[in-house]
Amino acid sequence: MSLELVSYGAFFLTMALTFAIICLGLNVQWGQTGLFNVGVAGFVAAGAYVSALLTTPEDAARLGGFGMPIAAGWLGGALASAALSFMVGALTIRLRADYLAIATFGVAVVVQLCALNLEAVTGGPFGVGFIPRPFAGTARNPLSFGLLNLGLLAALVAMLYLLVERLTRSPWGRVLRAVREDEAAALALGKNASRLRLQAFALGGGMMGLAGAVQAHFIGFIAPDNYMPMLTFQVWAMLIVGGSGNNRGAILGAVLVWAIWAGSAALISTLFPPAEQARAAALQIVLIGVALCGVLLLRPRGIMGEEQIVSRHVGKPHKAGAP
Amino acid sequence: MNPQVAMDGLVAGSMIGLGALGITLTYSILRFANFAHGEFIAWGAYLALAAGAALGSVFPGLAAPVGPFSFGWALPVALFAAIGLNGVLALGVDRLLFGPLRQRRSSVIVLVMASFGAALTLRSLLEFIFTSRPAYFSKALQIALPLGGGIRATPDQLLTLGVALVFVVCVHLLLTRTAMGRSMRAVSENVALAGCVGVEVGSVIRVVWLLGAGLACVAGVGAGLLVQIRPQMGLDLLLPLFAAAILGGIGSVPGAMVAGLVVGLSEALAVQFVGAEWRAAVAFVILVAALLLRPQGLFGRAD
Repeated sequence: MSLELVSYGAFFLTMALTFAIICLGLNVQWGQTGLFNVGVAGFVAAGAYVSALLTTPEDAARLGGFGMPIAAGWLGGALASAALSFMVGALTIRLRADYLAIATFGVAVVVQLCALNLEAVTGGPFGVGFIPRPFAGTARNPLSFGLLNLGLLAALVAMLYLLVERLTRSPWGRVLRAVREDEAAALALGKNASRLRLQAFALGGGMMGLAGAVQAHFIGFIAPDNYMPMLTFQVWAMLIVGGSGNNRGAILGAVLVWAIWAGSAALISTLFPPAEQARAAALQIVLIGVALCGVLLLRPRGIMGEEQIVSRHVGKPHKAGAP
Repeated sequence: MNPQVAMDGLVAGSMIGLGALGITLTYSILRFANFAHGEFIAWGAYLALAAGAALGSVFPGLAAPVGPFSFGWALPVALFAAIGLNGVLALGVDRLLFGPLRQRRSSVIVLVMASFGAALTLRSLLEFIFTSRPAYFSKALQIALPLGGGIRATPDQLLTLGVALVFVVCVHLLLTRTAMGRSMRAVSENVALAGCVGVEVGSVIRVVWLLGAGLACVAGVGAGLLVQIRPQMGLDLLLPLFAAAILGGIGSVPGAMVAGLVVGLSEALAVQFVGAEWRAAVAFVILVAALLLRPQGLFGRAD
């Protein structure tokens, strides 16, 4: 019993950490740079499908799979999403702020459509199966399989966390926030605002693609239904609740909101008869939507709030001079 | 080319145009892209459905089909009731959500995000109340009438096309010929300056919501009458609406309507020549083309 609990816990946390990666990517786009991405699901799906295409064993029914190693799939997924983000960004970042939002919404619709209709590549509505899973050799023992995957994900999230923390504190990160807060001032100082925004948008998109690939390999199966607008909404709720602009907040929000989500889904399936479950699930979304609007209104900083970051060189002389 | 495609495209496009009108008005006067606008379309359709059903059960005579149309007098009456109720809904959302955010001078993007949250809430609420099963205003079957030139249309299609045109002309006249229209244009130019010269910004904002929700309701009833009513109908229309609003030029009433027709016609053409499964991508292609070639839109002014 307790072993089952541990392996469920490992499964739950691993899923939550894949969301944490998406959240960190969104935090680079929104939290640091103020770019609004309403098509998160599309970028995650692009990463997942590219990785699946690269790594699955050959399948006569569709293009590929190329049977590459999992790491190549992760890298390919991240690069594909980064390229997609770069193109969308290049198209809209110079225009009004909310044109980017509209364009990303469109990307999510089109990616979903491609996943459904390009059956020769994506397997259509049935999706892609037999995606290789990390540590598949241990799959017979659910506990060690779960713990090994959790360890891998935790290491990946830690690495990405350090990377984005480093970037936020770098001159590049400071200029990003300067552009976000006062574009005219940043331009006057000779900073190329559009190019910086585009870099941040592509970086965030790449992280979302990586998360999609990691998730696909963890579950072993993907289908267009996994990438509905609901996913975008969940990720936004995670970032807003955790505190946008704060990388630890992004990770905390992902775990917390995923816990609430999974918990309320379990509650619904035990409380309601099967015929009423679809309706109850709709109510679940209503409650989370109200919560998101409530946080925006009442506590726009989220749980953690944005960290005030200055250059790590500022203030050093004082410390050195102190007795 | 099959001339029938043009007819179907025009009818669908007129509904997109009505919805895009609401988006373009809220966008130019409240200054944010309202992702919840699609939900006003779906809510309008469901409100009319509920009001129509209530009327039909009280006065059964009203439910009997009128003349060549598939619906009884209950629907037009319900439409006007639903326009009012939908306006109340929009004002309520503004009061609870957008108003406080505006007061706090939140950035545009926070408003966009709030509208995104409101959209999901409103949509799921519909799904909760009415379930996701499709609903219909009428189960009556209609025979398409030949109009000459190989074009056929049902009386319902012709009526919705006519109603849409009447509403667009009314909105255009309202904006260009009345004091309220002048105030609205003033607020869309410069809120602070408009306030200084005595324009009541608060009432302008209320009128914008009422207009947008009312037009959305008409579009929703039209789309529901021609196809079906589903909680997802607003979400499916959202991308065509934005594409039409941007292609037409933000703030332009004739632009939104013309661009709506363009989007509708292109969708019909795509269904004919590419395949119905790619219909939803058409709006995205138009959006990208507009942003690449003419970001200020057909009838818009460059910033």
